[in-house]
Amino acid sequence: MKTVILTLTNPPELMLEGQNITPDNVAGKKAAEIAALDVWEGKQKSALGTYFAVAGDGGATAAETKIILRGDCTRVKRIGQQMTAGEIVIEGNADMYIGGWMKGGKIHVKGNVDSFCGIGMEGGELVIDGNAGHHLGASPRGEWRGMQGGLIRVAGSVGNDTATFINGGTIVIGGDADIHVSTHGEGGTVIIKGNAKGRVGGQMVKGNIYVYGTIENPLPGFQMVGEVEQEVDGETATFTHYIGDLGERHPTAKGKTVYANLYTRN
Amino acid sequence: MPKKVENVGCPYCGVCCDDLVVTVSDDGKQIIEVENACAIGNQIFHHATGGERVKLPRLRQPDGTYKDISYDEAVDYAAKVLYNAKKPLIYGFGSTNCEGMAAAAKVAEKAGAVLDNCASICHGSSFLAIFDNGYPSCTLGETKNRADVVLYWGANPAHAHPRHMSRYSIFPRGFFTGKGQKSRKIIVIDPRHTDTAQVADIYLQVRQGHDYELFDAFRAVVRGHEIPEEVAGIKREQILEVANIMKKARFGTIFYGMGLCHSDGRNHNVDIAISLTRDLNDYTKWTIMAMRGHYNITGPGAVWSWQYGFPYCLDLTKKDIAHMNPGETSSVDLAMRDEVDAFINIGTDAGAHFPIEAVKHLRKHPWITIDPNICMASEISDLHIPVGIVGVEVPGIVYRMDNVPIQYRKVIDPPEGVISDEELFERIHKRLCELEAEGAAKAEIKAAPAGVRAEE
Repeated sequence: MKTVILTLTNPPELMLEGQNITPDNVAGKKAAEIAALDVWEGKQKSALGTYFAVAGDGGATAAETKIILRGDCTRVKRIGQQMTAGEIVIEGNADMYIGGWMKGGKIHVKGNVDSFCGIGMEGGELVIDGNAGHHLGASPRGEWRGMQGGLIRVAGSVGNDTATFINGGTIVIGGDADIHVSTHGEGGTVIIKGNAKGRVGGQMVKGNIYVYGTIENPLPGFQMVGEVEQEVDGETATFTHYIGDLGERHPTAKGKTVYANLYTRN
Repeated sequence: MPKKVENVGCPYCGVCCDDLVVTVSDDGKQIIEVENACAIGNQIFHHATGGERVKLPRLRQPDGTYKDISYDEAVDYAAKVLYNAKKPLIYGFGSTNCEGMAAAAKVAEKAGAVLDNCASICHGSSFLAIFDNGYPSCTLGETKNRADVVLYWGANPAHAHPRHMSRYSIFPRGFFTGKGQKSRKIIVIDPRHTDTAQVADIYLQVRQGHDYELFDAFRAVVRGHEIPEEVAGIKREQILEVANIMKKARFGTIFYGMGLCHSDGRNHNVDIAISLTRDLNDYTKWTIMAMRGHYNITGPGAVWSWQYGFPYCLDLTKKDIAHMNPGETSSVDLAMRDEVDAFINIGTDAGAHFPIEAVKHLRKHPWITIDPNICMASEISDLHIPVGIVGVEVPGIVYRMDNVPIQYRKVIDPPEGVISDEELFERIHKRLCELEAEGAAKAEIKAAPAGVRAEE
């Protein structure tokens, strides 16, 4: 695997849109060609090299390419957007849409990220050591097919609207979640190891949510059905099992109504 | 002999009353009387000729004062600001006509700007919910003629839409509602006991910020499930009673306002209200409608959706792609994140409506206000360009809150020399095209002189 190191030496005045910073776009390119890739600051299109110092060449394919971002990328958006393979390591913070519409490969952010990260994700792995903003792993506006697959792991806390319209895949949150988790969900799994503020599983049709801590304001549409012992993220524990959202429509499979499951750890 | 102009549209709220009668003086220069309008609508007409108006654009001077300049100079200044900025923001449009909005969109596309309207801080969350969940709505006429149950949720028309209740929802006698108020059941759900709640048959005082839970309870009840004894501060019996009234209605309308759009959850509160409306249609006919604020704030949604496919928060910086994602491309977020470097405030007052932090960020860059009146935004601008008042001095198309277009007329001429929003934007567009053709060197436009910025 070949490594390309991008160091932000000349930070943007506004926000920088770096949708070209993916192993797919970097693969098969020499350092000078990578420095010539387009980035946008508002309506102004510039070369990547205007803002970043580029060291190293890309691998032959995306899968053989690793990108390391150094410097403060707090004002750089869309890193790893739509990537299909390879690896990105962001050594500090990053802005919005990190790993948005991602199909494969791995992104590791060592700091915090802003909103809309991992939206419309189809596969791959997004690991965030810090906190994430709002709309983590949610669907883009107006899209009723949200996250389809892949894994998002956030060590810290997340904002609101996590996993809206989730259809598949897994999101693991080490800390707390703000309101609205898996709203309109039709599948997938969200694991919150801290506390949830409320509106967990509103309008949810199918799928699973695990909350290890407390839910400050539980929804009236969820009903307790019993206790279960399950293995979740490598550890076995007992959970109280709720089904819902009873206010929402639910399909039937093999003569039985399918509900979304909410588990709270005992 | 004073002249009476009949069937005049009112440029105040989203109800768009079109039955005003305005009396104009002999010389056509003074508005003498306005009939049928509410107190606020009345004031808008009288304000046009009642006091001193700004008749020329005003440019901020190094000593902090304004100096009158010509429209040509103002157009040149505005075009250069847009041309030189990397990401200008054009925001407002609550109080102008659709012709002005279309012309502004032309400018935004040419300048590679972000184009946003007041929905961004108002009913924008309704758009997001409508994208996700549809909009089973109707016209106000249908509510007037058919509705026997009307539900106001988080809205206070008694103050914000003064003639809404008398023209369309509670009091009028319609085709199938000949007994007026007597044949209607009025339900108000609001954390505050508003003046609208005073006229309600049933009032539910929902716990502030917990509307979503209450909607969820209504939906569970409508589907025949059990709910807890109390939800969001409302007893189960009351929820069951209201759900029963809704299911037994012949025709119902939910009117909702900022109580849903601007409490926690925002679009999700509207989203679940739409879901409830859909559920109720298993039993009878129910509709839902946003209580849009200004008389033509529905307009930019209609005009820009037709032009670009999105109603608000349009990022046109890539020129051939329109991108929309509130939270990123919404005005307040752009300002708070320091993501724009020029600001045009048109037909609204961002100075009064935006959080002070957002205003401070925007004020670091050139700020242009286009408005007939002196407002907070005009007083902190680098440039204030006066225009004619739509609905009083300028005619045009406006969209009522139920998406019905209405042709507004003018009753008097604007002050001499004052142009319309549409003409102003056409002229800025022309100047932008010239600048582009010249390939003018991108010079830093002189913003506010030192000493007059908000934070200084």
